[in-house]
Amino acid sequence: MKPFDYIRAEDTGHATSAAGQGATIIAGGTNLLDLMKLEVLQPDALIDINRLDLKQITEADGGLRIGALVTNSDLAADMRVRTDYPVLSEALLAGASGQLRNKATTAGNLLQRTRCYYFYDTAMPCNKREPGTGCQAMEGATRLHAILGGSDQCIATHPSDMAVAMRALAAVVEIEAANGETRHVPLSDFYLLPGDTPHIENVLRKGDLITAVILPAAPKGAQTYRKVRDRASYAFAMVSVAARIEMDGDTVKDAALAFGGIAPQPWRDADAENALIGKPATKETFNAVADILLKNADPKKDNAFKVPLARRTLIATLNELCGKDVA
Amino acid sequence: MKTSLKINGEVHDLDADSRTTLLDALRNHLDLTGTKKGCDHGQCGACTVIVNGRRINSCLSLACMHDGDEITTIEGLGQPGNLSDLQAAFVKHDGYQCGYCTPGQICSATAMLQEVKDGWPSHVSDSLTGTYDLTEAEISERMSGNLCRCAAYPNIVDAIRDAAGKVQS
Repeated sequence: MKPFDYIRAEDTGHATSAAGQGATIIAGGTNLLDLMKLEVLQPDALIDINRLDLKQITEADGGLRIGALVTNSDLAADMRVRTDYPVLSEALLAGASGQLRNKATTAGNLLQRTRCYYFYDTAMPCNKREPGTGCQAMEGATRLHAILGGSDQCIATHPSDMAVAMRALAAVVEIEAANGETRHVPLSDFYLLPGDTPHIENVLRKGDLITAVILPAAPKGAQTYRKVRDRASYAFAMVSVAARIEMDGDTVKDAALAFGGIAPQPWRDADAENALIGKPATKETFNAVADILLKNADPKKDNAFKVPLARRTLIATLNELCGKDVA
Repeated sequence: MKTSLKINGEVHDLDADSRTTLLDALRNHLDLTGTKKGCDHGQCGACTVIVNGRRINSCLSLACMHDGDEITTIEGLGQPGNLSDLQAAFVKHDGYQCGYCTPGQICSATAMLQEVKDGWPSHVSDSLTGTYDLTEAEISERMSGNLCRCAAYPNIVDAIRDAAGKVQS
């Protein structure tokens, strides 16, 4: 690990000021310190925000305001989340291990980096780590990689489970800038697709500090998070689905579908959702939704399995939430 | 970085490079070598300690971030002649082969049992609300952050179930 200055933030202004001057913000540190040990990241200074008062989950505007430093464990265990936003508790509990969830924070989870093997290996070129050097994944091992939303520069996936559930719940990210101003960015606008700039992963600017994630009022209907991975526990998603379905008899009245493990960001497709909303919960409907979701899928050799796996996982999820067995 | 750590009830003052992980501080600076270094990347759980009541990977945390924190290591859970219920259960059930992962397993299980008492659900729980029996599936899921390369898992699960019964009764 390269030497760095360690600063403990006294308040959010101190944190944004230090970050504005180039310090890297550290919260739980479970991903950042791992990357620093490997020298994938080499910050000159860390600004530790763990003592800031950002650990509360409060009721706000009919929904919940989740402080940036609320741990993944505390968020998953919060009774309001378990009851009103079960998809979020389920997603959190499907991620990482007990030890990591006790350290990992809400904001840190949103900002965790891809687990692309080539991003982690400093002996390899990587357009995300060192822009313009190339991408070994294009012709390499791609089991973890994206089938949607990638570019010819980068096909790394975003690894979060939590963010997938938050995307289905239409969460909003609260950000404090170095000038003290607070702005709100819907999670749908927070992440950026790789395009020609895979090193720019989100809309945060230098000096920005995520202070909270806001969930709108609990939506109607049933929710679930279904995750498919290479082993039963403690592994990243090959495919995951965060879904919310409100039924009216045999018709889908409203729906939200977000996907993990298949794209550079938690993935939502309005056209796919529109093919479900107002339609009868039938095999034909579900297949039409999957057709739309996957019509632009561009897999590599290693991850071609994700195209049928995403279809099957989606349909299994819809069967569960619609109370159907139409597979 | 000057850091004060309360470890197993005793205050230790540390002055170490900011890069020093909590794990390295325990082992290399404070001679508390019960906590083990396995992967050093948060994947194996050998370094698990309990900080302010919560189990964490001490390899993925900087010592300087823990100024004033209360830390419990395997040495603080019990000593020969005065073993904790879990330590005694691991001996009784032979919950190890080489023993290298054992301190992390026991620290992790100690905090995990408290999580169950606090009513935390897991990924394999039938419901997000209610109480949770420590079935084999629940223990396996809740302990998945602790690897045992000798694969002593059946006996580890037996030891935890035995100790959990004592906690609950």
